[in-house]
Amino acid sequence: MGSFSLLRRVAGAIPSLIGVIIVTFLLSRALPGDPAVYFAGPAANAESVQQVRESLGLDKSWPEQFVRYVLDLAHGSLGNALTTGQPVLDDLVQRLPASMELTLCALLFAVVLAVPLGVLAAAKPDSLVDHLCRALVTVGAAFPTFFVALLFVYLFYYLLGWVPQPLGRLDEIYYSMPPTVTGFLLVDTLLAGDLEAFRGAAAQLVLPSISLGLFALAPIARMTRAAMLTALGSDFVRTARANGLSRRTVLFTYAFRNALLGIVNTMGMVFSFLLGSNVLIEQVFGWPGVGSYAVSAVIASDYAAVQGFILLMAVAYVLLNLAVDLVAGLIDPRVRFEG
Amino acid sequence: MATTLRLRDLRYAFGENPLTAIALAIFALLVACAIVGPALVPHDPLATNSDSRLMPPSAEHWFGTDQLGRDILSRVVVAARLDLGMAVSAVLLSLAIGTTLGAIAGYRGGFIDHLIGRVFDTIMAFPLFVLAMGIVAALGNSVANIVIATVIINLPFYGRFARAEVNIRRDMAYVEAARMGGNGAARILVRHIVPNILPPMMVQASLNMGWAILNAAGLSFIGLGVRPPAAEWGIMVSEGASFIFSGEWWTFVFPGGALVLAVFCFNLLGDGLRDMIDPRRRT
Repeated sequence: MGSFSLLRRVAGAIPSLIGVIIVTFLLSRALPGDPAVYFAGPAANAESVQQVRESLGLDKSWPEQFVRYVLDLAHGSLGNALTTGQPVLDDLVQRLPASMELTLCALLFAVVLAVPLGVLAAAKPDSLVDHLCRALVTVGAAFPTFFVALLFVYLFYYLLGWVPQPLGRLDEIYYSMPPTVTGFLLVDTLLAGDLEAFRGAAAQLVLPSISLGLFALAPIARMTRAAMLTALGSDFVRTARANGLSRRTVLFTYAFRNALLGIVNTMGMVFSFLLGSNVLIEQVFGWPGVGSYAVSAVIASDYAAVQGFILLMAVAYVLLNLAVDLVAGLIDPRVRFEG
Repeated sequence: MATTLRLRDLRYAFGENPLTAIALAIFALLVACAIVGPALVPHDPLATNSDSRLMPPSAEHWFGTDQLGRDILSRVVVAARLDLGMAVSAVLLSLAIGTTLGAIAGYRGGFIDHLIGRVFDTIMAFPLFVLAMGIVAALGNSVANIVIATVIINLPFYGRFARAEVNIRRDMAYVEAARMGGNGAARILVRHIVPNILPPMMVQASLNMGWAILNAAGLSFIGLGVRPPAAEWGIMVSEGASFIFSGEWWTFVFPGGALVLAVFCFNLLGDGLRDMIDPRRRT
């Protein structure tokens, strides 16, 4: 049963992946005018446009073009980026660790803060923590990420000087880049034994992570609070209390474990949000990740690069949702046995 | 079911939650800015003046001036029309299209239901802001395309909601009675079912407004859609961001503040409307 339902779940992600590939293909063909002109770039003449048209197979019928597109994807080819002159895939792979490091730190910040906040808010309704929780949720829903990021930069860099200049991952004037092992600077600097550079990289990460994480924090805290309130109001918690179990046991072993499923299920939405807002945050902090790469590609009308970025984000999101599903199955056996 | 808002209902709702009254006041202010703002502003929002570049807030320029010497207060006020216009049209369009698609799927079932459901699933398989970026990049850089992108990423929410609500009502006695009376499917949907699901759909729409504003502003912040010199909050924040390191805070704080105010107001109004129409969903 276990491995079978696991297979079903993994197979359930396949239609989404197919849909994603079809949509990215359609988007690239929806470019106004002649796509060959776009892919050839602004410096192209009639001859090079024709060359691009043939090399992309744009003179063929749509179904043929689609088959070609899928075959290219199967070979790991996303085309060449005009702005860097390199294969899009290489560009993305090179920049992905920067984005992942930022997103993971933001997620960590959000979860570490939001879950205890939500639990405490539910345990003591109308207390100070509860009001704090609600205020954070309201603020998190009303502030644009990019605006808060800019306010933080103004406050903590320009006025207070607590953080280094928000440009990039490491100030290479003061620190030397560690040799790339994982691509995560926090890990690579430690592997190189360079504590100074580690501190430098961490300092650069603080502000972008908090700005990004603040907005993941709001939905997680709200969900934790709601799920905990439901769990605390249920019969089994009343019974546990009546049996004289300690507050701690009731709160964590009984209520929290049951609330966990709801919390894990909101993570899908949180990831959608994080991957989207990442683009805005990278833009504000000059972060050399895939998001800022996509923005400069959009501005330069470098469509192959934009398409590659969208495909990468969508595939990542489908896989993250799959992971959320599998974790939910691990936490709650009822989810596992449902069809 | 005609939902007329009586004064007593309004007083009841505001008595429960005074924030809703504040939100309504902000809403009135924003709508006034959008409608008569361009006629009232003290300066021409597009007029550049090289003598008064990057001036801090003063009696002459309450919100200061930007890098081209344009009056920021005038630009912030005038931008309300574009920002709210984009959000309102996007929300209304996705409400209309999403409800139609969802209602057809829920009423017909079968193949059409599967097909429409699959389309919604595919949209939801993308991180939504990233999909919106891709759509605007592909369709071309214009305000209309920002609206289209916002409509597309919003469709699944309305569509799924409408589908579920119609599905419940499809076999209810009053619908059965209408069918027995010889009404066709289209007439049953339009006259009997949709009016019943409209109030909760409207709540959804008002809760959605804030998000639509943020989405449009986010797109123009990264340089998609709205082009300079047009006054729009997102692009003004983006232009002002370059002066952060020289301390000219007013260039981005005021347009950003306007954005926050608008989103905050619509979120509160949405909550208030929900409390009025559907008290069970109150949190």
